[in-house]
Amino acid sequence: MTISLFIPCFIDQLFPSVGISVVRILEKLGHKVDFDESLVCCGQPAFNTGCWNEARDVAIRVVDGLKNAEVVVIPSGSCGAMIRVFYPEIFKGHPKQEAALSLAHKIYEFSEFLVDRLGVVDLGSRFPAKVTFHNGCHGLRELRLKQQPRQLLRQVKELTLVEMDDQTSCCGFGGTFAVKFPMISTAMGEAKCASALETGADFLVSNDSSCLMHLQGLLSRKKEKLKSIHLAEILASF
Amino acid sequence: MSSIFESQFRASATKLTADLRHRSLIRKALKGYEKSRDEKKARFQDWEAARQAAAETKWEAINHLDKYLSEFADNLARRGTKVFWASTAEEARNYILNLAREKQAKTIIKSKTMTSEEIHLNEVLAKAGYEVVESDLGEFIVQLRDEAPYHLVFPAMHLTRNEISHLFHEKLGSPETDNPEELTMTVRRDMRIRYCKADIGISGANFAVAETGMIAITENEGNARLTTSLPKIHVALLGIEKVLPKLSDLALFLPMLATVGTGQQLTCYNSMIGGPRQPGETDGPEEFHVILLDNRRTHLLADAEQRDALHCIRCGACLNVCPIFRNVGGQTYGTTYQGPIGSVITPHLRGLRDWKHLSFASSLCGACTEACPVKIDLHHHLLQNRRNAVVLGTGKLDRIAFRGFAFLVNHPGVFGVAVKAGRLVQRLHRLIASSKIDPLRAWTASREAPVIAKESFRQYWKSRHK
Ligand code: SF4
Repeated sequence: MTISLFIPCFIDQLFPSVGISVVRILEKLGHKVDFDESLVCCGQPAFNTGCWNEARDVAIRVVDGLKNAEVVVIPSGSCGAMIRVFYPEIFKGHPKQEAALSLAHKIYEFSEFLVDRLGVVDLGSRFPAKVTFHNGCHGLRELRLKQQPRQLLRQVKELTLVEMDDQTSCCGFGGTFAVKFPMISTAMGEAKCASALETGADFLVSNDSSCLMHLQGLLSRKKEKLKSIHLAEILASF
Repeated sequence: MSSIFESQFRASATKLTADLRHRSLIRKALKGYEKSRDEKKARFQDWEAARQAAAETKWEAINHLDKYLSEFADNLARRGTKVFWASTAEEARNYILNLAREKQAKTIIKSKTMTSEEIHLNEVLAKAGYEVVESDLGEFIVQLRDEAPYHLVFPAMHLTRNEISHLFHEKLGSPETDNPEELTMTVRRDMRIRYCKADIGISGANFAVAETGMIAITENEGNARLTTSLPKIHVALLGIEKVLPKLSDLALFLPMLATVGTGQQLTCYNSMIGGPRQPGETDGPEEFHVILLDNRRTHLLADAEQRDALHCIRCGACLNVCPIFRNVGGQTYGTTYQGPIGSVITPHLRGLRDWKHLSFASSLCGACTEACPVKIDLHHHLLQNRRNAVVLGTGKLDRIAFRGFAFLVNHPGVFGVAVKAGRLVQRLHRLIASSKIDPLRAWTASREAPVIAKESFRQYWKSRHK
């Protein structure tokens, strides 16, 4: 099938290899990947800050741009939740409500797409390392993705998955929260890093680059060896 | 513009988040709670179905509050209870003050009630010259320290045994000990005398049963039972949202509250009180007064989007799982109700302008919503409060910034230029990163800034489709 890829702005600029990995995986599975360069943001930062009108101004472009897509894949639970759960909210009573709802029904977070939609768990990847997995909260609680990333990781050859303590607790990123209340965000991140470090893993994996940006920032500042990596980058190791 | 409450919140949060001793103390305390909570949850045949049933029962009660409250009040009055409807905190306080004056009371004993914290009852009674004693151990401890409860359910959870021993030694003259039983005995000896002396006992209520006109109180120390039965006059103060339609609803709500509140199957004492001493009965108070408090709860009731926040049974489960609460501590909130539920309802009870910051001080992780036994959509209500704050005209800078951002996003040409500029700026930024003059210090004070990649995804895509 033809899969429309949505690459949020921060992945585009800061973590392009996540997007590249997704393309490689989907193409390996025999699908055609389509990408609309003019779509850069889902509007979540504005939405989470209470600026729903401004969020809608950004979202309209996304709704229009993906109108004809068959399915849309996004390598971020957070942006996925914005489109699936919160677009219906901000488009309530808006002329584009129908279009927003139809987009909400065809958007998938990357691991969800592989496991639930395509029914694929084994991509023939090999990644010789010990890893621990962090669920982004939006993926976990808005999209109910807990097992999908783990199912995928378990099939990766030579990879050992170790769970950390308090595995479902938030890393403390939270979008603009991270800079509006940096002291709380930092304390939460420190607790998360401590749990991850305790596992003795080489890599901290997540399906959300935004969590990883925050956690990697903390780890690098403390000169820790633990490295963060997106799930797609591991799965693309074939 | 930030309110004074926000400044206080920030100052206290800055202090507590850096306090590693506090962090590990709370974490340790909650580890034990989590374990017993999960064990007790597993005893429910189907916890999710129980949550759904509880949410539906509360929905029915809150959406027909008029009917159930008058049923509750009529049934109470029939057995000689005086029911007072208090629209405001002041009306409730004055009712109690007048009663104490009329009865020439001297000593007032209280069992745990957050509603009395909400109306600042202790301060007012003390000012009027009454001796007020908290009989719940945790409440007694924070009262001795002259501070607000740390947690809805565990008022003194931020204190270690040693600190409590020290406090008792100082204030009550008891010998230092780290034996919890001895500490409890110290209070018990002190307390027994006060029960016998007290003229009025003030309690809250966990539930108000409309069908039978009874209040239900659940506790573990037996102090509420004594508070409500020994003094000649018993006053129960409760918010109007406490009502449940039927007596049989308690069969679900009592074990549910115990499970997520304290990790127990049931609390040790569960009392139901339906009136003062009846003719022919040998004990119980001569007078029973029930104060039904609104204090802007009807404001919340009028908000169809967030009305479900009135389902709250004050179990504290959302606090226990909240990473914000665990890091900033309960007293940092500066509210009667701490944690997620406090952040949601305080703007309704005390004004959005002053209390909106609590809704922004959240990563929106949703752990609270998942934990809430009556399925209040807590973290989405925080989002709605944020939106309402912006609609109110606050957060102008955010709006300007996001309007600019929306413009960029919708003009790809300009966006491309902005991205190029960003690359240049990042190079310059490295020179000042995490220094005092760094405008991104909110990020870089504790975290390394991410690095803009050499080739963006879009560049990769373009080069591959040439
Ligand atoms: S909001 Fe829910 S979890 Fe929080 S105290 Fe109320 S009932 Fe308990």
